Amino acid sequence: MIFHRLKHISWDLALGVYVTLLVLAIAVPFFNLVVPEGSAFHLSTYMVTLLGKYMCYALLALALDLVWGYCGILSLGHGAFFALGGYAMGMYLMRMIGPRGVYGDPVLPDFMVFLNWKELPWYWLGFDIFPFAMLMVVLVPGILAFAFGYLAFRSRVTGVYFSIITQALTFALLLAFFRNDMGFGGNNGLTDFKDILGFDIQSDATRSGLFIVTIAALAAGFAICRAIVGSKLGKVLLAVRDAESRTRFLGYRTDRYKLFVWVVSACLAGVAGALYVPQVGIINPSEFAPANSIEAVVWVAVGGRGTLAGAILGGVLVNIFKTWFTGALPEFWLFALGALFVLVTLLLPRGIIGTALHYREKHLEKKASEDNAFDEIAPEQPHDEAQEELERAGA
Amino acid sequence: MKPMRATIRSVLTAIALCLALATPLHTSAAQETVPDGPTTAPTSAAETHDLAGLVSRLPKASYNEKSELAGAIAETGNPRVELILSSFSAGRLQATKEGRVVIALKDDGPYEDALTGDKLGMMEGIRLKKVRVNNRLRGELHGLVARLALSSPDASIRRHAARETFDAADPDSLPSIEKALSRETESDIAETLRQARAAIILKNGVVDEEGQLAAIETLRDRGDLEALNALLGLDKSDNLVLRESAASAVRSIKRTLEYWDVAQNVYYGLSLGSVLLLAAIGLAITFGVMGVINMAHGEMIMLGAYTTYVVQQVLLAVAPSLMSVSLIISIPAAFIVAGGAGILIERTIIRFLYGRPLETLLATWGLSLILQQAVRTIFGPTNKPVVAPDWMSGAFQLGQLTITSSRIWIIVFSMIVLAVLMAFLKYTHFGTQTRAVTQNRKMAASMGVRTNLVDALTFGLGSGVAGIAGVALSQIDNVSPNLGQSYIIDSFMVVVFGGVGNLWGTLVGAMTLGVANKLLEPFAGAVVGKIVVLIFIILFIQRRPRGLFALKGRFVDA
Repeated sequence: MIFHRLKHISWDLALGVYVTLLVLAIAVPFFNLVVPEGSAFHLSTYMVTLLGKYMCYALLALALDLVWGYCGILSLGHGAFFALGGYAMGMYLMRMIGPRGVYGDPVLPDFMVFLNWKELPWYWLGFDIFPFAMLMVVLVPGILAFAFGYLAFRSRVTGVYFSIITQALTFALLLAFFRNDMGFGGNNGLTDFKDILGFDIQSDATRSGLFIVTIAALAAGFAICRAIVGSKLGKVLLAVRDAESRTRFLGYRTDRYKLFVWVVSACLAGVAGALYVPQVGIINPSEFAPANSIEAVVWVAVGGRGTLAGAILGGVLVNIFKTWFTGALPEFWLFALGALFVLVTLLLPRGIIGTALHYREKHLEKKASEDNAFDEIAPEQPHDEAQEELERAGA
Repeated sequence: MKPMRATIRSVLTAIALCLALATPLHTSAAQETVPDGPTTAPTSAAETHDLAGLVSRLPKASYNEKSELAGAIAETGNPRVELILSSFSAGRLQATKEGRVVIALKDDGPYEDALTGDKLGMMEGIRLKKVRVNNRLRGELHGLVARLALSSPDASIRRHAARETFDAADPDSLPSIEKALSRETESDIAETLRQARAAIILKNGVVDEEGQLAAIETLRDRGDLEALNALLGLDKSDNLVLRESAASAVRSIKRTLEYWDVAQNVYYGLSLGSVLLLAAIGLAITFGVMGVINMAHGEMIMLGAYTTYVVQQVLLAVAPSLMSVSLIISIPAAFIVAGGAGILIERTIIRFLYGRPLETLLATWGLSLILQQAVRTIFGPTNKPVVAPDWMSGAFQLGQLTITSSRIWIIVFSMIVLAVLMAFLKYTHFGTQTRAVTQNRKMAASMGVRTNLVDALTFGLGSGVAGIAGVALSQIDNVSPNLGQSYIIDSFMVVVFGGVGNLWGTLVGAMTLGVANKLLEPFAGAVVGKIVVLIFIILFIQRRPRGLFALKGRFVDA
């Protein structure tokens, strides 16, 4: 019964997500391109880019929610996959600059000319071909996640240990990409892009196009994640999250299930990064900073882990909040972000969507069994309820 | 009685007179023979006279004559010779119209008599003329002064002079080296002198092949960079035997130097390891007992460092005389500040999150952001100066190793902290309870251990130790709001590598990572070295998911 109802609820939610995304995909370009600039309803290109950025963050949050919310794997290094996808896209965009660089070299990007390199390193070959670059956007994070996850899950590295080594992974990559001789532009990263698939990257139309593509990617990512968590495999993932040892004892190869979602999640993060780079116009090693990855985790926590739609909502909401706050009170942003971490984990452990779903579920249960002696929890006392559960878990 | 006393007095006077008359003869005789020990600097009228004659001829002499005169002056062995010659080379030996030679103690006076050392004041109104000196002469004078120092009665001056003669490798000093060698009593100075002689021999080829071979051997035994440089000059020697012998000596020295290099890096590694140990030890306790990852651990270190700064500022204002012990005062202060903050965090946040380690991780991360920003707001974003006490600054040489005092102190300090903590956990009641909770929380609770209290106090203890680490780190790192962040990942690596619930694991983990980091650095560079270590840990975790010193048994949660 409950499962049936849950499905019903999440379909409601999913429909809401799809419709919202569709409306955004139509409305944002419309108000940017069709409504004339003088009009009060005109949306500036800056806003389009900003919204596009939020959508990329939402996709990253979605990827995180898939592993954290449904499989209990807390990654503190998803920024690494995001940045690797971004670098793959950045390499394509660098190759597209061609002879228009400051040094005018037809093949080599400016920073290589500056470093006195004579020819393109082998790992830059092929990035002038768009399909190949797009393949790499998915493959590079995917392969790294596969190698890392294969080793980690096989030897049953779990919980905080896993979280810490994901953080070490992204930290190692941060250090590596800061080096000039890695061939990725050192600490300046890749920037000064000119065009993508022949379209001027600065033009309004391209920006709107990128926005639509991002929305499409987000919707596709959402559909993929929903398909995974709705399948039988998804049920096993939930079992792994809640009691991994028992699941293993039942005969499931839990490491393979984990590896599968882990790699899918990394690929999604890579796509998010790839869409992010042409819109912000730069990718540099600071994207690997462990702090970024942890910040992404709080998006999911705010929206509600294990709800997918919540991750999208959290990714967008927190970043809108950040944009506003860093503009208004920049020196207090870290206070606000820190407080967000503390308050959400303490007071809103289910996140926004999770809490809403929770009460709706309770409501339905109550209606279904009017005279049953359920633990009744008054909605106006959410704190005590959360605490009770914590104490139960702690004991 | 009275006449008796008078007689004795007159006899004594007579003896004294005789002695006074005899002394000049005696000393001039002694001068021809080489004294057995370092010269004890007898002053006598005759010597001064002799010296006076030589010095008074200096102003009017030609450069060639000056050179001879300087040699003769050095020969007199008068204790003022060194000052006269060094003033001469510095252009401070000056003469009046009457030919009196004076020394300018500073550029424009005051002056003193070159021979007697009588103070002459500023000598205003008297025209002085410099005793001129040229570069060749100056070089000779330097050599003369160094050679004089070789016969100084003070061993430390002789030691210094011996080193200088080695560095200069001037062939003219060979006779005085031989002379000094024959009467040198300190074995290390004699050794340096032999090496100096060897270097001169090799440089100038002044003796036969056999002597040169012996010289090569002497230098090979010295085995440092200077010896290597002296030997490298033989590469182009025509003598095949010599060249091969030198080449083998060079190889041997290079090998020795490599060993020293490794030793130096191991020392750096141990020093880095003890820093890591200090940073990680508190984390190991809290993680071991509660399974809680405290991401704000680095900020506890930072609080300790800032406490050190505040303590110094307060002492500077209130009791400057206590500045030399400010660090010792800071240790309990930092422990209380950071420990108090830790207990506060545990009571207000972490206790609500037990059983949910991932959420704890996020909440404490948020807390670390708040603490960083709070410190930045209060103290400003710039680095705060923390003064090192005298007994912690400086460095000394051990063989070819350079050992800085502050690093040695940190190694010692980290060992003390480790020992105290271990003893505390092993022998106190609270320590026993802590270990019980680490091994099996439910069982400990059933036996009447108040796990809540143990949690709070353990968290306070771990944070307090982090604060103490901050005191130590304030000596070698910048006291800035980001201080903690730079150690947090490394500390985690140490804990993960060393295993949880065992401080030996933390020690071994910290030292291994520290030494591995520093040994990799020369080959791979600092950044790549760090990456290699990180990758190594990631791979290591595959083999031993619970670290080097994992708890074993049924109570370990799978």
